[in-house]
Amino acid sequence: MSGAALQAKVAAARAAGALSRRAGRGGTSLPGKLLMRLEPDAIAALALRLGRGSAVISATNGKTTTAAMVVGIMQRTGARLVHNRAGANMAGGVATALLSAAGGGWVRSPPTDGDLGLFEVDEFWLARVTEQLRPRALLLANLFRDQLDRYGELETIADRWAEVVARAHGSALVLNADDPLVADLGKDRVDGDRVLFFGVEDDRVALAGMQHAADSKHCRRCGSPYVYDAIYMGHLGRYHCPTGDNRRPRPQVAAEDIALDGARAARFTLRTPAGSAQVALPLPGLYNVYNALGATALALTLGAGLEDVRAGLEATAPAFGRAETVQVGGRPLRILLVKNPAGANEVLRTLALEEGEHDLLAVLNDGVADGRDVSWVWDADFELVAGGLRRVTCAGTRAAELALRLKYAGVPTERLHVVDDLPRALDAAVAGGSGPLYALPTYTALLELRHELVDRGLAASAFG
Amino acid sequence: MPDPVYPHASRFGHRLRVCALYPDLMNIYADRGNLLLLERRCAWRSIGFEVTPAGLGDTIDPEAHDLFYLGGGQDRDQVLCARDLAEVKREALHAAAARDAVILAVCGGFQLLGHTYRLGAEEVPGIGLVDLHTVRGEGERLIGNIAIEVRLPGLEGPRVLAGFENHGGRTHLGPGERALGRVLRGHGNTGAGDVEGVRRGNVVGTYLHGPLLPKNAWFADWLIARAIGPHADLPALPDDLEHAAHAAARRAAGI
Repeated sequence: MSGAALQAKVAAARAAGALSRRAGRGGTSLPGKLLMRLEPDAIAALALRLGRGSAVISATNGKTTTAAMVVGIMQRTGARLVHNRAGANMAGGVATALLSAAGGGWVRSPPTDGDLGLFEVDEFWLARVTEQLRPRALLLANLFRDQLDRYGELETIADRWAEVVARAHGSALVLNADDPLVADLGKDRVDGDRVLFFGVEDDRVALAGMQHAADSKHCRRCGSPYVYDAIYMGHLGRYHCPTGDNRRPRPQVAAEDIALDGARAARFTLRTPAGSAQVALPLPGLYNVYNALGATALALTLGAGLEDVRAGLEATAPAFGRAETVQVGGRPLRILLVKNPAGANEVLRTLALEEGEHDLLAVLNDGVADGRDVSWVWDADFELVAGGLRRVTCAGTRAAELALRLKYAGVPTERLHVVDDLPRALDAAVAGGSGPLYALPTYTALLELRHELVDRGLAASAFG
Repeated sequence: MPDPVYPHASRFGHRLRVCALYPDLMNIYADRGNLLLLERRCAWRSIGFEVTPAGLGDTIDPEAHDLFYLGGGQDRDQVLCARDLAEVKREALHAAAARDAVILAVCGGFQLLGHTYRLGAEEVPGIGLVDLHTVRGEGERLIGNIAIEVRLPGLEGPRVLAGFENHGGRTHLGPGERALGRVLRGHGNTGAGDVEGVRRGNVVGTYLHGPLLPKNAWFADWLIARAIGPHADLPALPDDLEHAAHAAARRAAGI
């Protein structure tokens, strides 16, 4: 394809996207989708323009926050980043980001061409996107049970990822040592050749036992159940196969001496091949420590120094709906996205660290992007917080089922209020008490909540 | 799961003893929710409740449990459990069914109630408790909200069960076997025809998860009553949220 032909297609896609955006149809992925239709290899062609190449992040949980951390770190190194927007993480979203950066004025595009691509990619789209991007580095952070009606079984995704890794000879791998499904993907790289493992090394944050929603408890090589010396979350931990054919790789990037400060922050010692640093992370929970470790390992692979890593992590602002706080009616509303049992469990575990009784606005939708199947709420450990809830307002298309889940977790029914309509539920939740209010929305509920807050002039942008 | 409340208390001597088969492997669609419904609804009525897990290699005593629960799992886990069921637990489950214990099998568990489950070249054994066989279809998985109409002994008129189905297998009932219900909305056993699940006496198999019992608390009560015996008299519970969740599941299915 000639440069002029591509340029014409880019211009056409951009014009159509702008039209759609003016028509009020949002469209964070639309221009890229149009471009892909005009030019199926557009991602490959546009990615060639990135002087420092690109990196890809995929995971069930934590993609958006990890990407935000890496952006913060790499900007300190002078890199000009091209990255996709939260949630626009299929091929269309990646193509849109590249399109925006390809010179010219797509809405919100960087003022000048970027030189380093950083893309969070849906776990299902990883093969298609990496094939075209040929990234310098591939960060694979975790695989949890999620939206079985859309993604299918975990083992199936792991098999697809193994194929991606087998073909990605040119990409350095950054893998979570603590997730056996993910760590196993590095097994064919000889002697740690361009594989960097990260993990937690602190038994004080280990769980007493396996959580109910844990998956992947069996060795992918021989089928024996793994033996865990420590479980950090879900099936993440220090494991080995009793037959001796598989064990957790030693992480080169690790978090030690972890101190979790409720639903607000976390501190830890970051140990890396480039040295150690104390990190005060402005995000809560062990899950965000994992996000920070993945971001660190990827940034080091991309050439960042330890001081840029530390400073970047400490300056991380909460990503869209991931522990961000908005003032509503004089109360801080802390928004914590929940979308699958493993992610919900970490949010609930983090909430349980906060003293006192809490008010919740819990929103369960069953849209396609949430998963039509809401059975996962019964796998999430709401029992962790049931004893500490003062008032729960349940909203969304399946509000009643969420309230029922909380009833069976042990929350007295007089503390449960079902208000299907989200704006009215928000009012009811805010009016029903004082002090902090925690919102736990599913994905489409988060978008609705965010729009509502923007409409009320309480938040800046519907797209974070 | 919270600790069972009043583990040894009983209402007029009633007690529900549940055997949970492979709770760590066959639990993919929140099967824990089904067990939680049984547990709490017994506890609120001061009916004694105990649950005994039975994993790979564990033998089970057909006399020691009133209700056996078998959920669904990933393919690999389902094959492991199928072999174990056939080799270790088959006779006990036949004996339990013969003494009218309740056996509730959901999704993957439903498939294993029959003779075989054919997955491509592989044939996974079932326990042959009912006359059915399952074949992994060539086509798409059958996924979506579902509602079926059921008629059950002891209950007047037809009732609706609502839930979610997600299965690649197509399950075919033998000529003498009866479905659990008639499909109102959704795919059912094969995606063609209106047949869903299987029921022979107290042996129940279904593709409805979501999970099943939280969306259909009345059915949890029916199972409890069948398991405890003909003299069970279950007092009504304040079920406003249960009714609302059931109604929402029906709406999701389109009825």
